[in-house]
Amino acid sequence: TWAVTGEFLMSKRRDIEDELEMTMVCHRPEGLEQLEAQTNFTKRELQVLYRGFKNECPSGVVNEDTFKQIYAQFFPHGDASTYAHYLFNAFDTTQTGSVKFEDFVTALSILLRGTVHEKLRWTFNLYDINKDGYINKEEMMDIVKAIYDMMGKYTYPVLKEDTPRQHVDVFFQKMDKNKDGIVTLDEFLESCQEDDNIMRSLQLFQNVM
Amino acid sequence: MAAGVAAWLPFARAAAIGWMPVANCPMPLAPADKNKRQDELIVLNVSGRRFQTWRTTLERYPDTLLGSTEKEFFFNEDTKEYFFDRDPEVFRCVLNFYRTGKLHYPRYECISAYDDELAFYGILPEIIGDCCYEEYKDRKRENAERLMDDNDSENNQESMPSLSFRQTMWRAFENPHTSTLALVFYYVTGFFIAVSVITNVVETVPCGTVPGSKELPCGERYSVAFFCLDTACVMIFTVEYLLRLFAAPSRYRFIRSVMSIIDVVAIMPYYIGLVMTNNEDVSGAFVTLRVFRVFRIFKFSRHSQGLRILGYTLKSCASELGFLLFSLTMAIIIFATVMFYAEKGSSASKFTSIPASFWYTIVTMTTLGYGDMVPKTIAGKIFGSICSLSGVLVIALPVPVIVSNFSRIYHQNQRADKRRAQKKARLARIRVAKTGSSNAYLHSKRNGLLNEALELTGTPEEEHMGKTTSLIESQHHHLLHCLEKTTGLSYLVDDPLLSVRTSTIKNHEFIDEQMFEQNCMESSMQNYPSTRSPSLSSHAGLTTTCCSRRSKKTTHLPNSNLPATRLRSMQELSTIHIQGSEQPSLTTSRSSLNLKADDGLRPNCKTSQITTAIISIPTPPALTPEGESRPPPASPGPNTNIPSIASNVVKVSAL
Repeated sequence: TWAVTGEFLMSKRRDIEDELEMTMVCHRPEGLEQLEAQTNFTKRELQVLYRGFKNECPSGVVNEDTFKQIYAQFFPHGDASTYAHYLFNAFDTTQTGSVKFEDFVTALSILLRGTVHEKLRWTFNLYDINKDGYINKEEMMDIVKAIYDMMGKYTYPVLKEDTPRQHVDVFFQKMDKNKDGIVTLDEFLESCQEDDNIMRSLQLFQNVM
Repeated sequence: MAAGVAAWLPFARAAAIGWMPVANCPMPLAPADKNKRQDELIVLNVSGRRFQTWRTTLERYPDTLLGSTEKEFFFNEDTKEYFFDRDPEVFRCVLNFYRTGKLHYPRYECISAYDDELAFYGILPEIIGDCCYEEYKDRKRENAERLMDDNDSENNQESMPSLSFRQTMWRAFENPHTSTLALVFYYVTGFFIAVSVITNVVETVPCGTVPGSKELPCGERYSVAFFCLDTACVMIFTVEYLLRLFAAPSRYRFIRSVMSIIDVVAIMPYYIGLVMTNNEDVSGAFVTLRVFRVFRIFKFSRHSQGLRILGYTLKSCASELGFLLFSLTMAIIIFATVMFYAEKGSSASKFTSIPASFWYTIVTMTTLGYGDMVPKTIAGKIFGSICSLSGVLVIALPVPVIVSNFSRIYHQNQRADKRRAQKKARLARIRVAKTGSSNAYLHSKRNGLLNEALELTGTPEEEHMGKTTSLIESQHHHLLHCLEKTTGLSYLVDDPLLSVRTSTIKNHEFIDEQMFEQNCMESSMQNYPSTRSPSLSSHAGLTTTCCSRRSKKTTHLPNSNLPATRLRSMQELSTIHIQGSEQPSLTTSRSSLNLKADDGLRPNCKTSQITTAIISIPTPPALTPEGESRPPPASPGPNTNIPSIASNVVKVSAL
């Protein structure tokens, strides 16, 4: 048994060392001027953003777990991990598995300072889980379920089994113009622009920075 | 909310754009960043040592001294810095908490000094990070024990006239140092225990011969003297036991305690002996009983702390000892069997049966080697030697390992139990804080909606009530509010009693107003009894809750999510708006207003109920019927739960 425990401890130490090595990988973003040129943020705003980013992720990249952890802190009552997963994929445009500061800031620039078109396109990209250019009911179902998961258990009224499905049906009724069961980007853009509520709510976060 | 995460709030809010196309009802307004100023460095001068940090860093924790406006009290106008006349070393930890979100406890720091500093800066010690929490708790416990000891010794020196005679006696028994009488009693009993034990021992010593008979033990030679001694001791013990029984605060518990059992066992043989003297049949049993007199020696454990600790130690490592015993038994049985069959062949073998071989095995394995049983056959000798060698291994080796194992496991267990108990307490506190934060969210929601309502009607009647939540908090609450809107559900504080109440009330729609008010009163009274200004606010609380319930039913329709009825709902909403504003500015009672609004929409109630089965409808806020001329705000609020409403109303209705 001593031999077994010894072996176990050695392997654990190796794991820890491996982990340490991985976190040593560091990434530095491009210069401030370049980022300023590429995004719609001012230098000061970029500074504030980077400080927050670096604080939470000293290595310069966010991996999916950290991303989920951070996002979950805003929704203490529910389970935000699924939605965070989809968000992560939407942020990670190059599908590398990690979000660098440039990706982060680019996405934020679209969301906070972009045109309506850009925002809607980004949202379409978020919903399109497999990135094939179309949203079908299953993808929407996943997204809506993920959003409902964030609310958690203690809600009023209690979440019923088919509420997400009905929510998705309503969405498709609104968005799917030609009723072919999938929503294309054009249908999405058109339907959203017809809806005043959506238009108004897109402007909601203008002053976030 | 954790520190660094506050910096990610813009990201979380931006990501909320992803919910917008899915949401079916309009979103609430974002909190206005009124005093938006650029992030600035502020200087904190702590006893001469200057620390600098961003203002937003400190504002991450708005309910601490540095995060709130309380620090303005320490602002020094001349030097334009915040001056604190406190320990700069501990301040380092405090400031790091703001920066990293983790509070550490430095080992070199005194625990009470650290606690004082934390209390000054308004930080709860419970949020100390996992890395330092155990150390902190250990030190705190030691300190508490020290304080308790101090207090005890203090108390012992004071005179407490209020104690009854019984209580003084019990204290005297438990702690002999309280009074001289107790000390005397303590020493007397100790002396008699010693005497009794020595008597038991001496009475078996052969004491010279009596002419005409064989050598007698002293006990039989001087039987009268020994009997008198025994009687005296037993009398003292009996008196002591009875006195303890009388003085014990909980007699039942005292009787069950180990010490009292030992006492009883020590004196019983004497009485039993008195009862059945000279009865030949049971005199054998009587002799056995006398063995129990030796248990009197255990009475010393009241006098000796060390004995008590030893007993406790044995008790706690019973499982390890049991395992040792078990493995020994296994080895003994194996070797005894082997030896028996090996020696079966030899003549005049002492190994007559396997149980008889047990004796040989034990003696050999413990390396005693009496030599009364010896194997004669070659096989027997071979196995005998194997037995003695393995005896060394089986017994000698594990014992030190077990002893050290025992001490390690014992401490580990203690630490694990400690951590478990601490974890439970921590989680409980975190849960309280969470519900506190969700309460804060619900409060601010009401406040936010009230503000919206105020802005809509443009009647700034009362001053802006409600806590001034920080910008970050209000933004976070806005985010949660958007999520509620997207899903059509609303957060519920997880109070099971509360959920029951809301469900029962929901079922009884058209109940008597009085009964309903009573219900509301009960629940609101029960949950927030304290900070209420009398009559008006409580009345307002009642009607508000009632009205919220009622208007929940009635205004389902305007806020219906069905697209088909959207247009109609907008119209209905405007209808209510008009209706509300048309109400006369004075009303006899608020309930009558509700009745009016109710009547106007009651016919729609039933239908709205049916249609809303599909998607749960958010309901207007509690404040809807509050003001006479205030219509429900354009953005419907979520459903509310009673205590939050009640408490919020207390703040708002300073009308």
